[in-house]
Amino acid sequence: MARYIGGRVVQLVIIIFFISIVAFLLVHLLPGDPSTAILGPNDTAQARAELLRQLGLNKSLPLQYWTWISNVFHGNLGISFLTHQTVANAIGVAFPIDLELIIVSQLLAFLVAIPLALVAALRPNRLFDRIATTSTYAMLAVPTFVIAVILVLVVAVKIHIFPATGFNPIGQGLWQNLKTVLLPSIALAVGSVAIYYRLLRADLIATLQEDFITMARAKGLSTPYILLRHALRPSSFALLAGAGLSIGSLFTGAFVVEILFQLPGIGFQLIAAINSRDYLVVQGMALVAAIAYVVINFGVDILFTFLDPRIRRA
Amino acid sequence: MPEMMAAPGVGAMERVREYEELKGVADPAIVSNASRSGLGVTFWVCFTWVAVMILLALLASVLHLTNPNFQNYNAVNAGPSIHHLLGTDDLGRDLLSRIIYGSRVSFVIGFASVGIALAIGGALGLLAGYTGGWIDSLLNAGSLVILAFPALLAILVIEAFWLPRTLLKLTIIFAVAGIPSLFRVIRATTLSFASREFVVAARAMGATTRRILFKELLPNVIPAAVSFALIGVAVAIILEGSLAFLGLSISLPTASLGNIINEGVQNNNLSTNPLIALWPSIYIFLLLVALNLMADRLRARFDVRAGNL
Repeated sequence: MARYIGGRVVQLVIIIFFISIVAFLLVHLLPGDPSTAILGPNDTAQARAELLRQLGLNKSLPLQYWTWISNVFHGNLGISFLTHQTVANAIGVAFPIDLELIIVSQLLAFLVAIPLALVAALRPNRLFDRIATTSTYAMLAVPTFVIAVILVLVVAVKIHIFPATGFNPIGQGLWQNLKTVLLPSIALAVGSVAIYYRLLRADLIATLQEDFITMARAKGLSTPYILLRHALRPSSFALLAGAGLSIGSLFTGAFVVEILFQLPGIGFQLIAAINSRDYLVVQGMALVAAIAYVVINFGVDILFTFLDPRIRRA
Repeated sequence: MPEMMAAPGVGAMERVREYEELKGVADPAIVSNASRSGLGVTFWVCFTWVAVMILLALLASVLHLTNPNFQNYNAVNAGPSIHHLLGTDDLGRDLLSRIIYGSRVSFVIGFASVGIALAIGGALGLLAGYTGGWIDSLLNAGSLVILAFPALLAILVIEAFWLPRTLLKLTIIFAVAGIPSLFRVIRATTLSFASREFVVAARAMGATTRRILFKELLPNVIPAAVSFALIGVAVAIILEGSLAFLGLSISLPTASLGNIINEGVQNNNLSTNPLIALWPSIYIFLLLVALNLMADRLRARFDVRAGNL
């Protein structure tokens, strides 16, 4: 066990090292120099040379990487030349929004998927099950941005329940905050609903054929009681595994949703920084987002190794 | 495609289906109309639908469509009519023509990038899966490292800085992003065939490695490759749409499905003329459902497994 985890940690460190190089090179090797954006109308050869010297962009690439990465290790991701905010600070402000989006969307997904699966598993292959299971194909096929467009069209434009875009921080009250987070969360949740429903349905159908369920029925317990108290818990392993494994992809999936709904999370800030060639912000956010993604996936992996020893042998 | 991240659902479905089979739980959609011997009606309906869409895109210039970029200011935001079957947008451009021309971008990016990724990733996968040894270890570790990186991020940054955004560049970026996943699929499938009797027999009869790879293994790997490639095409189309929303798809005014939807939600268009965003959304939806169902039927028919990846 310790050996397996040790191996995975080494793998993780190597991957993070590669990520830092990629995040650095992505911005530096591609054409499109940040100095053009910074200088604007004052773009003379002399001013440019001076600026490049100030930013350290005239040094060799390995040296630039070394300066950047040693600063990163000291917690200094640099300063945005546009907003003059530290990159670490900008990430600190943006990240909770991503987190809220993911948590709310997953709660919604569970709220819809679990009852659906319970009802469908009770009578598999009958009408309700068929309709629900077939519609998961549709739910999985619709891209998030299409769901978002339809949601905004119906809920925000036609009947004005929710604002179409924008974000109210939680400081303005929970309801004000939820009003701006709910629609994006629904858009993000649709794909998860389909997966969670199918996983839980499969487990429930199998569980409901077990002897202890027949026993519970024989004792005369009511169907809802059997479903919720006897069948649900032993059937939820795959559901939890599915939820864990999708956190990483939800994190990047949230990017698209944030742009659509103008939520100032990591994705939104990253695109803004990309558009203004704010390269230290792009580098910093790409680094942090990529590391968060890898570490989350790593954590989930290790967690399931503890829960399900078969993974280690695979 | 890497982690299928633009669409967490598309790739995850494969695993869900396998889990259901493991549990011995049938999918009612399959039970109802697929036979083990054929591909079923659903497959051919979807196939016809996709074929018609591709044909329309191919023949766009022969079809006497209005120029997709022609702005007719006498028919701004017009509803569907004889002259404009799907209506026009806020600049008076014909929506039907824009969607058909726009679908060209999606199809080219989807099929070309997956084709390239399949050719490169598939060749490497075949080689790694059959020969094993250090080549296999090296390629396998490399693909894992690349897949660990969130591809959407890399694609975002590359597209933002590599200007101007042309069809060729988008296709190359998508193809490179797709290589590691297709490599893993083909490698796993090859592995499952590499020790079968017919391969051993061929080797015993003195067949060359090249002959075994192309005559014995390749034909058996193709069904899995096609099934996953179709899903790859769906993912690429979704990715193009998502990037268009971030303003990072093909440069305007070229129409792409994502670009049209993006224009449909800007400038208050959603309240004045929701059809601009709605038609391409419906088009993408039907296209993706068809691609997914086709991949699913192929998978069921040829018993393709994503397991042991």
